[in-house]
Amino acid sequence: MSDTSLPKPRSEMGETMHHLLRDPLGLVGLVIVTLIVGSALLAPWIAPYDPIAMNIPDRLQGPSAAHLLGTDQIGRDTFSRVIWGGRVALQVALPTIGGAVAIGLILGMAAGYGPKWLDTLIVLFFDTLRSFPTVMFALAVVALVGPSLNTVILVIMATSIPTYGRVVRTLTQSLKEAEFITAERALGASTLRIMGVHLLPNVLGPLAVLAAMDIPTVVGLEAGLSFLGMGVRPPTPSWGSLLNDGYSLIRNTPWLIIAGGIPLILTTIGFTFLGEALRDVVDPKLRGKGGK
Amino acid sequence: MTVLDIQGLSVSYGTPRGELRALRDVSLSVPERKIVGIVGESGCGKSTLISAIIRLMAPNARVRSGTVRFNGQDLLALPEARMRGLRGTEISMVFQDPMQTHNPVLTVGRQMIDIQYRDKRSKADKLKRAAEMLALVGIPDARARLNQYPFEFSGGMRQRIAIAMALMARPSLLIADEPTTALDATLEVQIIKRLRELQDEIGCSILFISHHLGVIAELCDEVVVMYAGEVVEAGSVRDVFHHPAHPYTRALLECDPGHIKEKTRNLPTIPGNIPDLVSLPGGCIFADRCPQRHDACTEHPVMSEASAGHRAACHLIKAGAPA
Repeated sequence: MSDTSLPKPRSEMGETMHHLLRDPLGLVGLVIVTLIVGSALLAPWIAPYDPIAMNIPDRLQGPSAAHLLGTDQIGRDTFSRVIWGGRVALQVALPTIGGAVAIGLILGMAAGYGPKWLDTLIVLFFDTLRSFPTVMFALAVVALVGPSLNTVILVIMATSIPTYGRVVRTLTQSLKEAEFITAERALGASTLRIMGVHLLPNVLGPLAVLAAMDIPTVVGLEAGLSFLGMGVRPPTPSWGSLLNDGYSLIRNTPWLIIAGGIPLILTTIGFTFLGEALRDVVDPKLRGKGGK
Repeated sequence: MTVLDIQGLSVSYGTPRGELRALRDVSLSVPERKIVGIVGESGCGKSTLISAIIRLMAPNARVRSGTVRFNGQDLLALPEARMRGLRGTEISMVFQDPMQTHNPVLTVGRQMIDIQYRDKRSKADKLKRAAEMLALVGIPDARARLNQYPFEFSGGMRQRIAIAMALMARPSLLIADEPTTALDATLEVQIIKRLRELQDEIGCSILFISHHLGVIAELCDEVVVMYAGEVVEAGSVRDVFHHPAHPYTRALLECDPGHIKEKTRNLPTIPGNIPDLVSLPGGCIFADRCPQRHDACTEHPVMSEASAGHRAACHLIKAGAPA
């Protein structure tokens, strides 16, 4: 018997994946998300046509072997545009959510753990940001500085900060009073250590769930703004501009609407499933209760 | 050698009703390699005393006077960074509720590695040390259990883990705040036994807070009886338990179910309540509830010797009444 061999502790990441894969909902979510992210990453190689190359003779075709999802009014391949559109969607969603989560996390923890005056100040900041309706705010900013992807990213990020910040603040406040935090302090942990080592892992789980479920919202917002002509500029493909093109041509061909709508629906389903599954998985207490 | 020496400590809380004088002129000392018990009912200032020693006081608490000397240095005058350096290394603490004292989302191993952050050693060494400590407090199969989360342990196990974490750095003083109150009687006995063994092995002193007289009698060398924020009696366990000099101590002992010989439906209680600490009555604080109250009690008694090393704050001692 070799009692010196230590059972290798599985990394937190490995543990999460292990449990995620055993949850059918999580598996479906993961497959869809991988599909969307994968096709967006590999767009230059898997898209059969240049998404902005016009081909007037082949305009407004239905699905065929040459054009899987048909073509639009100037003969661009819809399938290629859907794939490239995913790229735009993620280009907006990931930095937006990432930035909002990071800023919300820092501000929320500072507000929850810090002195009262800081809390008041940060909450005031959150409330101010939150009072802007995202779409109206975006439209106003776009009207001022002109439509661009970066403007959309910044505006959505700014208006999502309070969502994350408030959750983090509330969690931090309730955890701050927990006895294990007092215990850690009594064993000599500094404020930064308590925040980084003890509060962060407790907050990160719920936050990851929230972020995963928020991705479709942001993708939808980008599509909405692009649909209104306030997001990405033509000819850059976006699911929103596909819908916009299709909307005016719906009597001629329904394919554009369908092609723009399905990825939006899939994104929503995929990330929501993943978020749901993550919620059960990140809490060690709920692990192992799902599919044995 | 005295490890912890508290002299004339007074702590108040600012409340909307006025100043709540939670601790008044508290003096006690913990000698090296000894276990000192603090006993008293809820609200007697036990928790305030601990928070003042480790300097983790509520924001509205204020030390009005007194010193807390730990191995010669005044803790109350120490800069915060130095104080933090002492916590967990020289002074450690075990809390009341083992179900609440661990981070629920980190494995026990990670938490035990993390509290060794001050050591410049490899992670494997730290893990090994954590396993040794777990084995020392009596957790079987310690190495494998390091990968488990707190919720996978029972209450008694968790309290042992808390003790292992507190003793990791071999501190010279362990403060145990009612560590067995949340456990059942059999576990209580086990933890007490283990604490005694560990104290012997590590050679630390223990300040043991409890309201359970039986546990104090079992575990401690000396005992300090507190009432409404004051020390009313202090001495060796033998003296205080067999010859209580203060009427409050006597009343406490009479209320201990372990002492009651006859079958009864009504457990004895001490009539009355703890005085209001915002507007304190003059004179002896126990006078209102004291069966032996007399004229002298309108004056505040001072601690006086009942016998060698056994002191109590009661006028009856000076009057020469039989203790």
